[in-house]
Amino acid sequence: MIEVTALTKRYGSLTVLDGVDFAVQAGEIAAVVGPSGAGKSTLARCINLLEKPTSGSILVDGRDLTRLSRRELRSARRAIGTVFQSASLLQRLTAAENVELPMRYLDISHSERVARVRELLERVGMLHRANHYPSQLSGGQQQRIGLARGLALKPSVLLADEPTSGLDPHTTSSILKLLAQLRDELRVAVVLITHEMDVVRSVADSVARLHEGRIVERGSVAEVVRSSDSELARALLPLPPGPAPRRERAVWRLRYERPDVDPAWLTSVGRELDTDISVLAGLIETIDDGGAAGRMTVRIERPLAAADVRAAFAARGIHAVQEGVTPSGEVERAEPVERGERERAGREREAVERAEYEPAELAAEREPEAAEREPAPAERAERRAARVRSAA
Amino acid sequence: MILATATPWSSVSSLLLPALGQTAAMVGIVMSIVVALGLPLGLLIFNTSPRGLTPHATVHASISWIANLGRSLPFLVLMATVIPFTQLVVNTTIGIKAAIIPMSLAGIPFFARLVENAVREIPRTRLDVGIASGASVPQVIRTIQLTEALPGIVAGLSLNIIAMIEYSAIAGAIGAGGLGYLAVNYGYEQFDGHIMVSCIVVLVLIVQIVQFGGDRIVRTLTH
Repeated sequence: MIEVTALTKRYGSLTVLDGVDFAVQAGEIAAVVGPSGAGKSTLARCINLLEKPTSGSILVDGRDLTRLSRRELRSARRAIGTVFQSASLLQRLTAAENVELPMRYLDISHSERVARVRELLERVGMLHRANHYPSQLSGGQQQRIGLARGLALKPSVLLADEPTSGLDPHTTSSILKLLAQLRDELRVAVVLITHEMDVVRSVADSVARLHEGRIVERGSVAEVVRSSDSELARALLPLPPGPAPRRERAVWRLRYERPDVDPAWLTSVGRELDTDISVLAGLIETIDDGGAAGRMTVRIERPLAAADVRAAFAARGIHAVQEGVTPSGEVERAEPVERGERERAGREREAVERAEYEPAELAAEREPEAAEREPAPAERAERRAARVRSAA
Repeated sequence: MILATATPWSSVSSLLLPALGQTAAMVGIVMSIVVALGLPLGLLIFNTSPRGLTPHATVHASISWIANLGRSLPFLVLMATVIPFTQLVVNTTIGIKAAIIPMSLAGIPFFARLVENAVREIPRTRLDVGIASGASVPQVIRTIQLTEALPGIVAGLSLNIIAMIEYSAIAGAIGAGGLGYLAVNYGYEQFDGHIMVSCIVVLVLIVQIVQFGGDRIVRTLTH
């Protein structure tokens, strides 16, 4: 297992990582997500000690790697295998030679190396390509070799830095399946650095969101998508833009809170409340724990008391929030959950404010929708000008 | 008025072959020195640079400066400039031995730059692969830098051989022997058209063969 504590990395006055903490157990895949510039790649380079952290510790199997001398570090870092972005195979070595490379730096006998290479290639399903050069392999095959090479020295931690970037969806899912299989069979702790939420959803056990060098949200993937409407939860289960007017009263945002939500809820809630329910947008997926996770936007067509609607959904394990403004004129927001309550509530408010004073470039994307409502071009131009002003 | 009397075609080869041998010897000896010293120098220049394995600004700046110095003078000027040094090292200022010194001095920095460029082409993550697997700096240089850059280094080698053939012809002007000497002394100064044409044809052929052979090797090395 790996335990990162208060990891900080500064370049001069620029703080790239600011007190990052996380731990990954053997047999767990922990994803670290975040936009470009959040510090993901610096974190990756600190974990495999290609960069020396300014402060903080990295414990692998109880040993602090940041306190070792250069010499000790050379042997200690072998406990961490790295899978690089786009595999980074050596072009002039065959697949087998690439996998063998890390073993050549150790005093491992030739026969032992050959046996281990064979075993690893078999494990990643690439034995039939052992003598091919990287240029003769597809991107997915190259990454399989990259995975085998990362595992060559039997590490207890596998660091995968954007391992699926540049791969098509089919290949991505086969690489992720392999990663999950290796996690289960070899009981390695996998740190998966990625910006692809599909990857997190399909393979990660836990997820942490890195923002400006800090981890601002974390939890198991199931917990995050079922128990909050945070930025991370919304990124993990993104809702496609629906056709509804944005501020309409009877529009509700729904979130599956339980893994066993009865898929027939739409009709059963409709029957109970005696109303039609229009589905405006939705995403329902099976996540890693086998249960369902979902987010939806629906419109309740008959005027009803908000409390009744909420109760009807709650009885079926669905968290419901009415969009827009309550009759009293207050901004309605989701009930805060215990962890990070204040921060999250702040973000919710921010999100509502964003919706009201939307920057021009975001608004521009929605222009066709606005056009449907207000066909007068002069009025549209005026509205756009108003938005630009408010954005400025 | 001197009448040009061309060497009969039948006797051209008796002059040409020894000259060819001298050129080959000169270029061969020079290239061994150039590879032996230029290769480590090139690796040193790259690896002390900010992108290298052991960045060191001062060392990088000084050796880089020295390497540029060797390349900034036209060969003829360099040859004249280093005469005292040549005298000191080989105890003569004429002939093949004397030509080897300025040729090496010009060739080493040239090859070092070619090596540096070839190694620089390797993406950083491929070096990281070695470091993250626990390789020492010499191990990374041997197993990754030299291996991955080999096609580029070989391409640089053929470029360098061709440059040295050219320099050997210039060195011929100070009596170094070889094809350049033959062309200047017989072909040019004695208006011997046969010798001149033969020298040109042989030089063109050698250069073509070196370039073609070099390209072939680079292709087989590139996967």
